[in-house]
Amino acid sequence: MRRALAACLALSLGAAPVGVFLMLRRMSLAADAISHAILPGAAVAYLASGLSLSTMTFGGMVAGIAVALLAGGVARHSVIREDTSFAAFYLISLSAGVLLISARGGNVDLLHVLFGSVLALDDAALILLSAFATLSVAALALGLRLLVFECCDPAYLARVSRLGPLAHYGFMTLVVVNLVGGFHALGTLMAVGIVILPAASARFWVDSVPSLLVAAAALAFAGSTGGLLLSFYFGLPAGPAIVLTLGAVYLLSMFVGPRGSIFR
Amino acid sequence: MRAPLLVFDKVTLGYDRRPAVLRLSGEVAPGSLLAVVGPNGTGKSTLLKGIVGELSPMDGEIRLGDARNSSTPSIAPTDPATPIAYLSQTSGFDVDFPISVYDFAAMGLWREFGAFRAFSRAARERLAEAIATVGLGGLEKRLIGELSGGQLQRARFARLILEDAPLIVLDEPYNAIDEATIADLAALVRRWNAEGRTIVSALHNLAHVRREYPRALLLARELVADGPTEAVLTEENFARARERMRVGAC
Repeated sequence: MRRALAACLALSLGAAPVGVFLMLRRMSLAADAISHAILPGAAVAYLASGLSLSTMTFGGMVAGIAVALLAGGVARHSVIREDTSFAAFYLISLSAGVLLISARGGNVDLLHVLFGSVLALDDAALILLSAFATLSVAALALGLRLLVFECCDPAYLARVSRLGPLAHYGFMTLVVVNLVGGFHALGTLMAVGIVILPAASARFWVDSVPSLLVAAAALAFAGSTGGLLLSFYFGLPAGPAIVLTLGAVYLLSMFVGPRGSIFR
Repeated sequence: MRAPLLVFDKVTLGYDRRPAVLRLSGEVAPGSLLAVVGPNGTGKSTLLKGIVGELSPMDGEIRLGDARNSSTPSIAPTDPATPIAYLSQTSGFDVDFPISVYDFAAMGLWREFGAFRAFSRAARERLAEAIATVGLGGLEKRLIGELSGGQLQRARFARLILEDAPLIVLDEPYNAIDEATIADLAALVRRWNAEGRTIVSALHNLAHVRREYPRALLLARELVADGPTEAVLTEENFARARERMRVGAC
């Protein structure tokens, strides 16, 4: 349980700020697509070497980055827009993943991939999650000015700097890193919840970028801790309990938040 | 005679192989205050995009002199380090993005400070001064999404001030902008020119051009006339411009 709490803290610090930028770039659904795309990578790794932390992380990472790059590249160089491009590639990737899993027959272990196992994380997984969170926070802190400008006025940045593509692809890599970290704890399908929901909730409370980053991480930690406690005391699966709690925070924020909520 | 700052050498510019500006030749001397005029769809914006390097010529070339000492043309316009400040016609940025006026204007310091370096005290003073110059003093913390159209244009001009560029290219800077803002920004443009900067603006308000711009370039896909504003903005030249556009449309 203490490990699970530490995992939630790491995920909140890493994933929620990334979610803020996804929201500001109107790419929330791209994160959803990438999270689905991670599945076949993890599945292939699982088929190759069983339930191994490092290979499944590596497999998920490769699949996630491949889909992010392919989808982004096709959107930039063809008539297809980014949303359609992401949808197309994640569907290809997800169906390949489902086919691979069913080809080997069902397996209880594989449920961990889909729905996570935050209450059964070992030290190695916890270190991995913390490393990802540290990497993510450090990268965001270093690249904050670049990323803010790239989100706000990409055409302007392209005129004064060559770093625009680095900002875009670097950021997409961070998204994948956080989703892969999240899938160990929450599963591939639930990982995107801790990325998007706290960011969306934070939007109802504060409006500057720095406040959004802090508020999202705080709401993510509060929500995931709450979900963890619910799952612990009522014997619920942890992943869905955490994401549902985060969802409840979102719905609450939507009604009572001081900025642009439903009643104001 | 100083070497020209900009040289158009039979340049053809366009999109998807459809030329919008045809075989334009001409020169812009450093320190010019030049208005690019012409009916809608005559390639004014296209020409400006060519100047700032957003669009590569399909044929011919645009050469850019070293604006700081106006020696031989040397800098390639596509080099991001080229000191051209450019105000595009459509804002192109996400006005819902939660960025303050202060941070938005601070983008103008990118060439000096890049992604990582902290702003010096002198830079922060310039930033505050630029915001005050465009009349947004006191609104530094306001988000750009909360500004009116005129205020937003003022914020974009603050960013231009900070770029401190010797060549400033403005594409329809006063479209849908209130009169008070136009007056303030036009005064700023005069000040830039008095500081020795070269200004090239695409404009459609001819009264404004006659009042503010000593030189004009009339475009109707091809060059119609180029020179002192009064000699360019004549009824005869406009008739020729309309004629060209009609022929071109067939």
